[in-house]
Amino acid sequence: MTKTKKSITQLLVTCMVDAIRPQVGTAVKTILNKNGCEVEFPKQQTCCGQPAFNAGFLKQARAMARHTIDVFTNTSGPVVVPSGSCTDMIVHHYPELLKSDPVYSSKAKKLSDRTYEFTQFLVDKLGLTNVGAKYNGNTTYHPCCHGLRNLNLVQQPSTLLDNVEDLEQVVLPCAEECCGFGGLFSVRMSEISGAMLDKKLSHVEETGANVLIAGDVGCIIHMQGGLRRRGSNIQVKHIAEILNGCD
Amino acid sequence: MAATELSFYDRISDALANPDGQLAIAAGAKAKYDNRARAMSEFPSMEMTRDRARSIRAHTLSQLDKFLAEFADNVEALGGHIFWAKNAQECNQYINEIARAKDVQLVAKAKSMLTEEISLNQSLETSGIDVVETDLGEFIVQLSGDKPSHIIAPILHMTREDVGNVFQEKLNVPFSDDPATLNAIARAHMREIFLKADMGISGVNFGVSESGAICLVTNEGNGRLISTAPRIHVAVMGMERLVPTLADLSIMLQLLARSATGQKLSVYSNILCGPRRKNESDGPEELHIVILDNGRSEILGSALSEILYCIRCGACLNACPVFHSIGGHAYGSVYPGPVGSVLSPLLFGDPWNPLPHASSLCGACKEVCPVDIDLPGLLLKSRSQQITKGKSPLWMQLSQWIYAITSCNPILFGLALRSGQVVSRLLAYDGWFTTLPGPLQGWSTHRDFPALAQKSFRQLWDKPSQG
Repeated sequence: MTKTKKSITQLLVTCMVDAIRPQVGTAVKTILNKNGCEVEFPKQQTCCGQPAFNAGFLKQARAMARHTIDVFTNTSGPVVVPSGSCTDMIVHHYPELLKSDPVYSSKAKKLSDRTYEFTQFLVDKLGLTNVGAKYNGNTTYHPCCHGLRNLNLVQQPSTLLDNVEDLEQVVLPCAEECCGFGGLFSVRMSEISGAMLDKKLSHVEETGANVLIAGDVGCIIHMQGGLRRRGSNIQVKHIAEILNGCD
Repeated sequence: MAATELSFYDRISDALANPDGQLAIAAGAKAKYDNRARAMSEFPSMEMTRDRARSIRAHTLSQLDKFLAEFADNVEALGGHIFWAKNAQECNQYINEIARAKDVQLVAKAKSMLTEEISLNQSLETSGIDVVETDLGEFIVQLSGDKPSHIIAPILHMTREDVGNVFQEKLNVPFSDDPATLNAIARAHMREIFLKADMGISGVNFGVSESGAICLVTNEGNGRLISTAPRIHVAVMGMERLVPTLADLSIMLQLLARSATGQKLSVYSNILCGPRRKNESDGPEELHIVILDNGRSEILGSALSEILYCIRCGACLNACPVFHSIGGHAYGSVYPGPVGSVLSPLLFGDPWNPLPHASSLCGACKEVCPVDIDLPGLLLKSRSQQITKGKSPLWMQLSQWIYAITSCNPILFGLALRSGQVVSRLLAYDGWFTTLPGPLQGWSTHRDFPALAQKSFRQLWDKPSQG
């Protein structure tokens, strides 16, 4: 474990973690604390606005982007987000959305520059490869699309998982195919989304794993909800839960 | 193009209710996707070539008027005719007029999505002219009265057995599902057509401004035959399909074949310069190049102009998990898949507005695009343009505002969380909802929805011991 000075980090926990899987936020905080980071949680934070943005509602998305920027503007240190998708929203789409806003364009750029996805922060910023976790389970990993393609999260999660003690990993066939979540897509185009989900879950079942690991709670509840509907006992966990070593 | 009778949602249901068709499509698309990946991995300067190709497309479109004028002048200098068609009607009318004036009875066609876009075959057939598709896939589509389901592989949705049945029924031959036998049958049938046809009609893969040449890419050699054997050759070109120079063309061809099928180069890449000259023994007596706008100049001036970079390789279709699930026909457009979802509403209007929503924005399409078109970004722009024009359901507009107002106010957001917790406590069973109400019910047709945690993260933060 790298010894670093106690440095302040901001936790942007995401609305999904906040409301549905708070244990992911707790795991992130614990891991960051263990690795020399003091964690602050600005309580004014809500939702980054991605669902509105993806549905094409730019006015609403801009309002939420400005709110999120305001919440973090007067804080210090890097902003850590346990979601590739929300990180992508802040890092890539905030500056684009607010580029003609005289007040917020520079603020958006500043927030973008200091925002990191959780595994990206651990590996690229803290220089960690092993967080000292132990997890006894037969697992497979699904790389969520926005993290994979827009943030190039490939090495970071795999390095961290490879160093988890006792963790058995089976390669997921067609791992890079989307699970069909896509936010409002899963409601509005539910049949297509359902067909994509079925393919994904059949591949997951093929692996024989009893735990599916992913990095985005949106995709996690989508796949867990689908597995439950199929009567499967496979559990879908956020990578932070695995790295926190909670069996 | 006329809107099809069924709604997009009905066509999706139909496609998903046909597991055999779905399997054929997914397997065919996956094979092409894998072939592309292999070809690109063996192509050392892939990223550099891709960047170069993108800048060629951007440069061409930024001065399209200049390059089009140069191209047209050069075609005419070579002895070819240029016709500028504003829309499908003008294009079809012009070709019909030539056919009438030159007493054309039989037309041999090479594969062209552009002629599908403007329903050229139907227009000629209405005038009593026989039109035969000479690309094998298109020929099968034509025989079976079907439509192409993929811009490169028109019969991606069909199995070998399906093709055998079509041949048996329409060509009166014994049933076979052996590809070599089927090929031989088509070839024998086709030779006659090439020799008899009075007019050959093709699309244009690329026009070359500096020389007035047109490039036709095929794997079957039919493009070469229909552009040389009949006495008249008509080539229909989308106004965006230019490259400035032959050197630029070589970059495009390397990427086109690899992206489409995984080949280093297509089997036949014909570069044609004008009609037959005095001292030449073959080639058409007349060459007509129709440059078609059909909505493209409007796209060029819009926020979605990047879609005109497209070189129609079909790689984005092969990579798309939505296309894998529903196939090409469900889109109800000649242009399916990610590129079609952006293009169709622009070219064909409001009935195609649901298409840009049929994407999870996974980004697999952008990853494989040979000219790096930001397809997810364009799908997003297309969605937001619909919202700006007020073309979204009222319930969605309302709920988006409620959601935004709530999210901009932490007190309201906290209250919403608490209300969700109460609803979860009262109505969820074992931590899950199995049905959701109203507009959200789509979710619960295929998956359960989790109850909200009884303590949100912000509540745990205040009192960590309750975790």
